[in-house]
Amino acid sequence: MAVVSTEKIPINAEIDVVAVRRRVRELSAKLGFSLVDQTKTVTAASELARNTMIHGGGGQMFLEALNGPRTGLRLIFEDTGPGIPDVELALRDGFTTGSGLGLGLGGAKRLMSDFEISTRVGQGTRITITRWK
Amino acid sequence: MEKIPILRMGDLLLVTIQVDMHDRLAMALQEDLTQMISDTEARGVLIDISSLDIVDSFIGRMLANIAAMSRVLDAETVVVGMRPSVAITLVELGLSLTGVRTALNVDAGMDLLKSAVRGSSNGYGSRLH
Amino acid sequence: MSALPQDQTGLSISAILTRDEQGILSEWMKEMSNSTRRGDLIRESDLRSQCAHFLKLMKQGIQAGGSNFNSPAWDEVREMLSEISRTRAQQGFTPSETATFIFSVKRPLFTRIQQDLKGQPDALASEMWAATELLDAMGLYTSEVFQKSKEEVIRRQQEEMLELSTPVVKLWDGVVALPLIGTLDSARTQIVMESLLEAIVQTNSRVAIIDITGVPTVDTVVAQHLLKTVTAARLMGADCIISGVRPQIAQTIVHLGINLLDITTKATLSAAFSVALQRLGLQVTKEARG
Repeated sequence: MAVVSTEKIPINAEIDVVAVRRRVRELSAKLGFSLVDQTKTVTAASELARNTMIHGGGGQMFLEALNGPRTGLRLIFEDTGPGIPDVELALRDGFTTGSGLGLGLGGAKRLMSDFEISTRVGQGTRITITRWK
Repeated sequence: MEKIPILRMGDLLLVTIQVDMHDRLAMALQEDLTQMISDTEARGVLIDISSLDIVDSFIGRMLANIAAMSRVLDAETVVVGMRPSVAITLVELGLSLTGVRTALNVDAGMDLLKSAVRGSSNGYGSRLH
Repeated sequence: MSALPQDQTGLSISAILTRDEQGILSEWMKEMSNSTRRGDLIRESDLRSQCAHFLKLMKQGIQAGGSNFNSPAWDEVREMLSEISRTRAQQGFTPSETATFIFSVKRPLFTRIQQDLKGQPDALASEMWAATELLDAMGLYTSEVFQKSKEEVIRRQQEEMLELSTPVVKLWDGVVALPLIGTLDSARTQIVMESLLEAIVQTNSRVAIIDITGVPTVDTVVAQHLLKTVTAARLMGADCIISGVRPQIAQTIVHLGINLLDITTKATLSAAFSVALQRLGLQVTKEARG
């Protein structure tokens, strides 16, 4: 898989989540994704960026444009926060939990082509999502 | 910090949400709107989201909260102008927006508000003509 | 025109093919391996068996019908060339690459003809000419078939595109209908969903009728797609009615336990239209004749 370009965006404040949305929108449009696919990707990115900021205590996102043979966009969210103790539960609840925590993980997973998560309690979380054209 | 303007039209409140609204701005809108419904005794709230190119869970929850809170204050809320790509994404996301009435555009939204308020038990509907 | 009588042309070719089929085959393969073999599109072993088969048929053709490629004796060869051209067109070969499959037989064949008829310039000339005519005719034939195949592919794609661009019909102010025809797979449903939702926005239609008369089967997958479309439309502020629900489909839906929530379903488009008008508060009345 050829990574054509990599970018890093720090996620520490709310304003960064807006930057994430904007940049993901620009890049997915440039890669030629359909409008609906762009919207899905930006929405998933928004969810995960917010998670990184609120639950992860801040972190960063890497954007990778992929091109070989398939065109795709990969987003990697990393934080050194508390980690997610029960991934199964988190994926199931999404944001329909009345508690308002709403991790949005399940939703992000549904919106993207690929979804990978590795997390360790007390160490941090890394989530990788990919959208193929 | 900039705020989202809330327009007053009779006993209706109109809000147009611009793109790239960050979380704090959304929270502020929620508070301001609730305050204004109470202050003006508004009977209807129309939120125009036609400029939004995404609605994520945070914004979705904000809309649902506004609808719920305004109902407690005896006002109806209608969200108008949702883009097709946003609707498709919300369905995929699994966000249901229960309790939020929607209409295609501002005109349809006004119609909906009028009939919704007219049917309310308080009987103030006649004021909305 | 050949100096030898028609029924005698090709005798040398026929003899050569009988005598040295393997030799011609290997040299032919070598000729092609330079640039036009397209190892990425066809396996060596497949190509070899194609060539061997062709040589056999060519021998039969010459023995039965001389060098007149249009005679019925060459039907089998024509059929084989058609098949080869069509598949190559689909596989992505260029027309030149396909024709060169034939043309690269020339050198192996001509060298042998020259050897055989070394001392007979007249016979050599007419035999070479016969061979050239024959192979050219075959090469051109493959090109023609290739062209036609490509045209067929384009025509088929156009049809599919028309099918995909399902027309959304405005039935009345505020009511649109989407007649679905054919099977609904994920990719197609996505496109159909998007165009319906776009049409709803553009025509300002509060009611959309999705007619599934033309959809052969409704299984859980199709039902899910329909549900998603209806949910999306509702989020936008429009509502959907599903029409064209045949008794068999109604049975399937119940059997599969598909929950249509509170979506109105009707057997006919006209019944659905009636409901749509009601929802808009409209009524059809008869004019009083004066």
